[in-house]
Amino acid sequence: TKMAACSRIGRGGHSMDKSITLPADEIFRNLENAKRFAIDIGGSLTKLAYYSTVQHKVAKVRSFDHSVKETEDDPLYEISVQEEITARLHFIKFENAYIETCLDFVKDHLVNTDTKVIKATGGGAYKFKDLIEKKLKLKVDKEDEMSCLIKGCNFVLKNIPHEAFVYVRHADSEFRFQNTHPDIFPYLLINIGSGVSIVKVESEDQFERIGGSSIGGGTFWGLGALLTKTKRFDELLQLASRGQHASVDMLVKDIYGGAYGTLGLTGDLIASSFGKSATADKEFSKEDMAKSLLHMISNDIGQLACLYAKLHNLTRVYFGGFFIRGHPVTMHTITYSINFFTKGEVQALFLRHEGYLGAIGAFLKGAEEDNPNQYSWGENYAGSSGLMSVSPELNPMQRARSGTFDMLEMDRLERQLVNLPLLQDPSSYIPDTMDLTEDAVAREYWLFCFEEALEGVVKRAIASQPDLPQTRERAEKFSQKYRHKLQTLRHQPFAYGSLTVRSLLDTREHCLNEFNFPDPYSKIKQRENDMALKYFQKAVKSLESLSWEQRQFALVKGLLAGNVFDWGAKAISDVLETNAGFGFEEAKRKLQERPWLVDSYNQWLERLKGPPHKCALFFVDNSGIDIILGVFPFVRELLCRGTEVVLASNSGPALNDVTYSELQILTERIAAMDTVIQTGIKEERLILVQSGSSSPCLDLSRLDKTLATVVRERHTDLVIIEGMGRAIHTNYYATLRCESLKLAVIKNSWLAERLGGVLFSVVFKYEEPPKYQEETHQ
Amino acid sequence: MKIKDAKKPSFPWFGMDIGGTLVKLVYFEPIDITAEEEQEEVESLKSIRRYLTSNVAYGSTGLRDVHLELKDLTLCGRKGNLHFIRFPTHDMPAFLQMGRDKHFSSLHTMLCATGGGAYKFDRDFYTMADLRLRKLDELDCLIKGVLYIESVRFNGHSECYYFENPTDPDLCQQKPYKLENPYPLLLVNIGSGVSILAVYSKDNYKRVTGTSLGGGSFLGLCCLLTGCSTFEEALEMASCGDSTRVDKLVRDIYGGDYDKFGLPGWAVASSFGNMMCKEKRESISKEDLARATLVTITNNIGSITRMCALNENIQRVVFVGNFLRINTLSMKLLAYAMDYWSKGQLKALFLKHEGYFGAVGALLELLNQS
Repeated sequence: TKMAACSRIGRGGHSMDKSITLPADEIFRNLENAKRFAIDIGGSLTKLAYYSTVQHKVAKVRSFDHSVKETEDDPLYEISVQEEITARLHFIKFENAYIETCLDFVKDHLVNTDTKVIKATGGGAYKFKDLIEKKLKLKVDKEDEMSCLIKGCNFVLKNIPHEAFVYVRHADSEFRFQNTHPDIFPYLLINIGSGVSIVKVESEDQFERIGGSSIGGGTFWGLGALLTKTKRFDELLQLASRGQHASVDMLVKDIYGGAYGTLGLTGDLIASSFGKSATADKEFSKEDMAKSLLHMISNDIGQLACLYAKLHNLTRVYFGGFFIRGHPVTMHTITYSINFFTKGEVQALFLRHEGYLGAIGAFLKGAEEDNPNQYSWGENYAGSSGLMSVSPELNPMQRARSGTFDMLEMDRLERQLVNLPLLQDPSSYIPDTMDLTEDAVAREYWLFCFEEALEGVVKRAIASQPDLPQTRERAEKFSQKYRHKLQTLRHQPFAYGSLTVRSLLDTREHCLNEFNFPDPYSKIKQRENDMALKYFQKAVKSLESLSWEQRQFALVKGLLAGNVFDWGAKAISDVLETNAGFGFEEAKRKLQERPWLVDSYNQWLERLKGPPHKCALFFVDNSGIDIILGVFPFVRELLCRGTEVVLASNSGPALNDVTYSELQILTERIAAMDTVIQTGIKEERLILVQSGSSSPCLDLSRLDKTLATVVRERHTDLVIIEGMGRAIHTNYYATLRCESLKLAVIKNSWLAERLGGVLFSVVFKYEEPPKYQEETHQ
Repeated sequence: MKIKDAKKPSFPWFGMDIGGTLVKLVYFEPIDITAEEEQEEVESLKSIRRYLTSNVAYGSTGLRDVHLELKDLTLCGRKGNLHFIRFPTHDMPAFLQMGRDKHFSSLHTMLCATGGGAYKFDRDFYTMADLRLRKLDELDCLIKGVLYIESVRFNGHSECYYFENPTDPDLCQQKPYKLENPYPLLLVNIGSGVSILAVYSKDNYKRVTGTSLGGGSFLGLCCLLTGCSTFEEALEMASCGDSTRVDKLVRDIYGGDYDKFGLPGWAVASSFGNMMCKEKRESISKEDLARATLVTITNNIGSITRMCALNENIQRVVFVGNFLRINTLSMKLLAYAMDYWSKGQLKALFLKHEGYFGAVGALLELLNQS
C-alpha cells in the first residue's frame, strides 16, 4: 500500500512493505565499496545516494619493443584488457513504503565500508532517524533542506547536458531540452513543496530565499482533499486533469459577456477562482473543483514567480518540488501561467533529475573532502532509468517492482571538460544536427538502425574477448540491456534529454562498458593499423610525385577515402565483413565525383594559395587507413606549409575510432618512417592531445581542459573535423571563430537521401568565421 | 417637459457599476428642488426618488448603505444627497423588470454604467427595459470615483484611513489619513477578482496585474467548504474560527522561527497544509475553514500587492472593493502584512466607500459628458 496523505506526520511506519525482495545487480548496485551515504526522505519518496568505485575492464595498448627484432608479421602493438577503478555516484529513488526493506538490503550488501555517518535531509529525515541509525549503524547527520536542494541543482545543471527542459503539452515532443549555459548563474529556483520557496542562486555557495508563498502543493492537496474527499495527491491531479474549471470559476466572459478588450483580457481568462461556487444550491463535480483549484494555485505561483523574476531581473526560472515532480498536469499549468504573466519573456524550466536534488546536495555536503565539484561527471545512460520511468500518468498500471525504483548513476570523468575556446557562441552551441525527439521519422529510422546493428555489435564484442570468462553471457546481457534501452526510447524519446544519434551511440558504449566490453573493435583496429602502416611510405611517395595542385586534391580525396573505413556504418561494415581485400583504392573509386553534395573545395584550394595557417586542430576519426593513409599525409602537408598541427583523438574507445593511446604508438611508428613527421614531433609542431570523449560523435562544449589550453596557447586558426559522427551527426551547423573544415563521406543511404544525395556522397564544407568576428573577438 | 439647462443632464442622476457579484448603484437625490420644478416633475421621476429614498431595502436582495450617504453634496450646481445602493448581479433581471415597471425609459435620461455587466447586460437593458446604456471603462471610473470622493470628504470627515500600530493587535486602531499629493499610488480593487493599478496622475494610470484569487474565491470556497451562502455568514464564521488549525505554520515544520530565512514561526508555511492529514481534517470546524480561507486569500493579495509596489517603486497602497465591506479582519491583515514584510516601508490605506467608486465614477461621467 502507498502511504496515506498523512505521510509527513507520522503514520508512515505502519504501511511498511517488507514482502519484496530486491534484485542485487539491478537496484542498489556496487554496494561492496560504497561509502558516503546520503538520504533524502520526502513526503512519499525516499532518495538514497552513495559513492562507490566500479572496477571494470579497460583495453590498453602497449607498443612492442621494435629495436630488438622486427618481422613483417609482428603486430605493431599488443592489446591487453586490464582492470581499472573509477568512481561512480548512485542515486536511487523509491517509495517510503520500501524504506525498511531497502535499508536492510543496503546493510546486508555493505562490505568494505568505513563510513560512519549518513547525511540526511528532507522532511522525513527526522522521522526515520532512529530506523536509519538502527538498521545501518550509521549516525544520521541532518543537513538543511534548502541548501541541499541548491547544491544539487548546481551540480546537475553543471554536469548533465539537457538537464533542463521546457514543457510543451500536445507538441510533437512535449519536452524541449535546453542547452546548458556555460555559466549557470544567476537563476531562480521555485520550490513548490507544501508551500512555495523562491530562491535566487547567484553562485556555487551564494543563494538567498527572496520570497515565498503559503499557497503551494499543500494547499492543493489539503484544500483538494476537503473539497473532493479524495485523499491522495496523485488522484487529485488525475481528477483535475479530467475536470472543466469553467463551471466553478467566474471567467471574464461571465462578467463581460465576452472579452475585456481595452485591457486585452480574453473572455476565457479566470476573473475569479471559485467565483461561481458562491451559492448554496448547486452541486459541483469533484473533477471540476480539482481543476479549478489546480488552476488557481498554479496561476498564483506563476504570477509570484514572475513578479520576483522581474524584480531581480532574472530570466532563468527553474521549478521543482513535489507539486511539479514529473507531473505533466502541473508542468503544463505552471508553464501556461508563466507564459501568461510574462508574455513569453520568461520560460518555465523543469529539471530531469529534480527529484534527486536534495539527495545529491546532501551527498555532496558529505563528500566535500573528495572534492566532487572539482571533477566533471557524466550521466551513465546504462545505469540510469531516465525521465518518467515511474510516472503514474504515463503508465498507470506500472506498479511492478522495477517500475518502483528509479535510478541515476553518474561517472566521474577522468578530466575536467570545458568548451572549445573557438566556439562562436558557447551558449547557443548545439552539438547535434538532428533532434530525434522532435523528428519522428528520423527517430523511427535510427532506432530501427541501431536495433538492426545490435547483432553485429554483439558478435564483435564476443570476438574481441576470446579468452575472457563468460563472454557470451555478458554479451547476451549487453544485448538485452541495449535492446531494452532502445524500446524505452521508442516510447520515451525524452528519457535522457534530446534523443540524438550521438546519445544512441553513447548509450551503446555505456552498455558495452557495463558488461565489460570496453573495446570490441580493438583487434580490428590493430589489424587495420598494421596493414595501413605498410602502405604509408608508398602513399607519401606517390603524393610527392604530383604537382602542388594535384597533390592538394589527392590529399583531400585520401582523407575522404580513408573515412570510408568506418565500422560504425552498416553499409561499410557489411562490405568489410565480407570483402577482406577492400582497400584504399576501392574506397576512392566509391567516392562521389565532384561536384560533391557539399563542395567548397575551390574555396579551400584558394585559401591554400594564401599564407599558411598558424595552427590546425584536427579531430580525427577511424583507425587504420583513415588515420594512416588519409590523415597523416594531410598533416604532413600542413606541417610542410608551416602550420602547426594538434591531433585530437578520443580518450577512450568507441567503435573503430583511433584512441589517444593508439595514436601515440602509430605516430611514433610513422615518425620513424618519415622525417617530416619526426621533425614535427621533435620540434613540438605536431602534438597529440586527447579529446576527453569516448564517443564516435563530438560535443565541442565538453572537451578536455588541456586541449582547450593548447588551442588557446597556439592561437589555433583552423579546425578540421572529420567523419560522419563528428562532422555530420554533430557539429554540422557549429559556428567557430576561426576557419573550419568539416568533411565526411555519407555512408548511410537514408541519411544521404535526407541530405539530398546518395550513398557515398561527399560533404566538404570549408567555412570562414562570421565577418563581425574581428570586433567581438576578445 | 422643458429643458432648462442644456448643460445639465436631466434627472434622475445615476451611476452604475455592474460587477461579477454585485451591482453598485449611486443615486443623486436633489434636495434643492424648487416648487416650480417639483410641479413640472413627471410622476415616474418622483416615484423613483420616493422609492429609493424612503426605503433601505429593495426587493429581497437590494440594500441601501445608509451609513455611507453623502449629505448636502453640491454636484453640477445642484445640492443633494448621494445614496449608495447594492444588489447581487444575479438579480439583474428583477432590476430590469423594475425599471420597466417604473417607466424609467420614458425619462429619456442617459444611464451611465461601468463594470463588465455594462457590456454583458447591454442588450438586456435595451430589450427588457428599453434603456440604452452608456458604457464606461471600469478602471477609468474607479479612479475618477476615488479621487472625487476623497476630494469632497465624507460628510466633513476623512474618507481615507489607515491602521495605526498594525503589528500590535492591542494597540492597532483605525486613524483618519489625509491623502494629499496622492501620486504615485497603488490602487488595489478587490471585488470578485482583484485588479492592481498604478496611478501616476489624474489621468495617467496602468493596470499592473490582477489575480483571480479575490472576494469571489473567498465566498466561493467558503460556500463549498462550510455550506454557507452569503458573504455576511462567511465573515461571521471566519471571525470566530482559528486558521492555525487548518494552515501549516512555519513553527509546525521547524518547531519555531526559521531563522536562516528570517521566517517567523507564526507565518503560514502552507495554507490548508494541515488538511493533507486525515485526522486533522476531521478535527477542525467550519469556522476554522472559513477563517483559513479568509486568511489565505487576504495574505495572497497582500503579497502580490507588495511585489507590485516594489516593482513599481510605490510606497502607498489604497485598498478598495467590496471584499473589504464589514471585513475589518482582512483590512487589519493587509495592514499588518504591508507593514511587516516591507519593514515599515509600505502603508496600507483604506477608503470608507469601499466598493462604490466605480459607480461614482460612472455618475461623474454622466455629468461631465452632457
